[in-house]
Amino acid sequence: MLGPNGAGKSTTIGVLTTRIRPTSGRALVAGADVATESVRVRQRIGVVPQRPNADLSLNVLENLQFHSAYFGIPMAVSTQRAHELLARLGLSDKKAATVEQLSGGQQQRLMIVRALMHEPDIIFLDEPTVGLDPQARLDLWEILRDLHRGGRTIVMTTHYMDEADRLCDRLAIIDEGRLLALDTPRSLKSKAPGETLLELVLDGDASIAVEKSRAIAGLSRVEARDTTLRAYSAAGGRPLPAFIEAAESSGRTVKDIRLLQPSLETLFVSLTGRKLT
Amino acid sequence: MTAVAEPRPDVRASSVFLALLRRDMRVARRDLPFFLLRTTMQPLMFVVVFGYLLPKMGFLDGRYTTALLPGVLAVSLALSSIQSVALPMVQDFGWTREIEDRLLAPVPIWLVAAEKIFAGVVQGVIAAVFVLPIARLIMGPIEFLSFANVGVVLFITVLGAAAFSALGLFLGTAISPQQIGLMFGVIVAPMIFFGCAYYPWQGLSAVPVMKYAVLVNPLVYVAEGMRAALTPGAPHMSLPVVIAALIVITAVFWTLGMRSFMRRALG
Repeated sequence: MLGPNGAGKSTTIGVLTTRIRPTSGRALVAGADVATESVRVRQRIGVVPQRPNADLSLNVLENLQFHSAYFGIPMAVSTQRAHELLARLGLSDKKAATVEQLSGGQQQRLMIVRALMHEPDIIFLDEPTVGLDPQARLDLWEILRDLHRGGRTIVMTTHYMDEADRLCDRLAIIDEGRLLALDTPRSLKSKAPGETLLELVLDGDASIAVEKSRAIAGLSRVEARDTTLRAYSAAGGRPLPAFIEAAESSGRTVKDIRLLQPSLETLFVSLTGRKLT
Repeated sequence: MTAVAEPRPDVRASSVFLALLRRDMRVARRDLPFFLLRTTMQPLMFVVVFGYLLPKMGFLDGRYTTALLPGVLAVSLALSSIQSVALPMVQDFGWTREIEDRLLAPVPIWLVAAEKIFAGVVQGVIAAVFVLPIARLIMGPIEFLSFANVGVVLFITVLGAAAFSALGLFLGTAISPQQIGLMFGVIVAPMIFFGCAYYPWQGLSAVPVMKYAVLVNPLVYVAEGMRAALTPGAPHMSLPVVIAALIVITAVFWTLGMRSFMRRALG
């Protein structure tokens, strides 16, 4: 699920993981209704929260043992499984560590281990890479690919375009609580406007320059949004000088210029009228 | 890879409840010295001053200890049960969100709250059991003190702890973290001082308005119930009244606490 902050991604995850009561409509997870069969849903899912929320009163191994006990898994089984998973995610030497002794990336991995302890069919991750350093982010991608290869369904949210593009089989673009598009990243990209998106950030309301810009040859769909003036070009950056001239002769100063090649991002902008971050 | 997952056996709620309880007991055991200091320091210092120093100085009649001992037990019970439920709730829902993991257990969510109340009862009983011999030791022989009704003492202790734990659940889920200090100043402190812990309820006949105003205070019934059970020879409220009142109070706080908990738990 790709969308800007406030798009409704976490709320959707919250509803699907039975943590937020839906105000209307119906949602099924693995065939069970989140509102009326929430216990059955919880049995099937593993959840990796946006912000690590391990039990601070327990150490790493105890966190995993107790989590498993909440799912009725006997201690002998869970201890064995915890050791295997900790090793797989590179946390073997942290078994006896307190949660506070772990780095942000390690805590995130602990959350993944915890979500896997009861062998869920579906794993939900809410913006799992926010706050991770670039290396930890790449490591996490590898872990997720690995889990996916193992046959698990992974539902995740992100507001990073590249993450969505590289990790997902199916990508939902959502904004303001609405599903705007749902398809493979490849097919979505093919739906992106086949033109270059030109953006000028001005020092004031951009609508004043729309009229003049529409007269420029090679520009289409000129629109203003606050201080941003936006248009699509079939000829790459060629109309840019005229575009800038149109803005400046309307009495505005150009403060920033951006060119975006056809991508998920231009698709996103064309669907929502705004950028991701 | 299968598209539809095969059905799984349901997890027994009782085994999840026990796991939740084991978790709380393990954490409580580690925290035990601090827990006892936090919850019994204040009542024990009261014992030192009013049960030992003042009688020794001749300001207080030594017989005052008869009224004080059951009250001190009631206060320890109140402080420990309320705190052991309310403080983790405020923290969990306020900022650490640690409880999320337990809310994702495959059992009805109210069971998580019920377990918290149960754990609060256990901790209240522990605090009372800890305070009783120490208080007795500090105060010396206490007129009318009798352990003939141990069963009744235990019953009142458990019932009182249940009332305060349920109150703790309500306070812990209804109060915002910024106002936790206020909870002690505005709710817990008046409850203790106007809870007939440090004087018998009958003594309030001297101030009739107070005598009836304090009846909304759950501590009154626990303190008076302790008096009925531990010092039956001294003035106390009738035991059936105490028990009936505590059952009603527990039911009310349980309902309010559960409602507030569910509201916080389901975002």
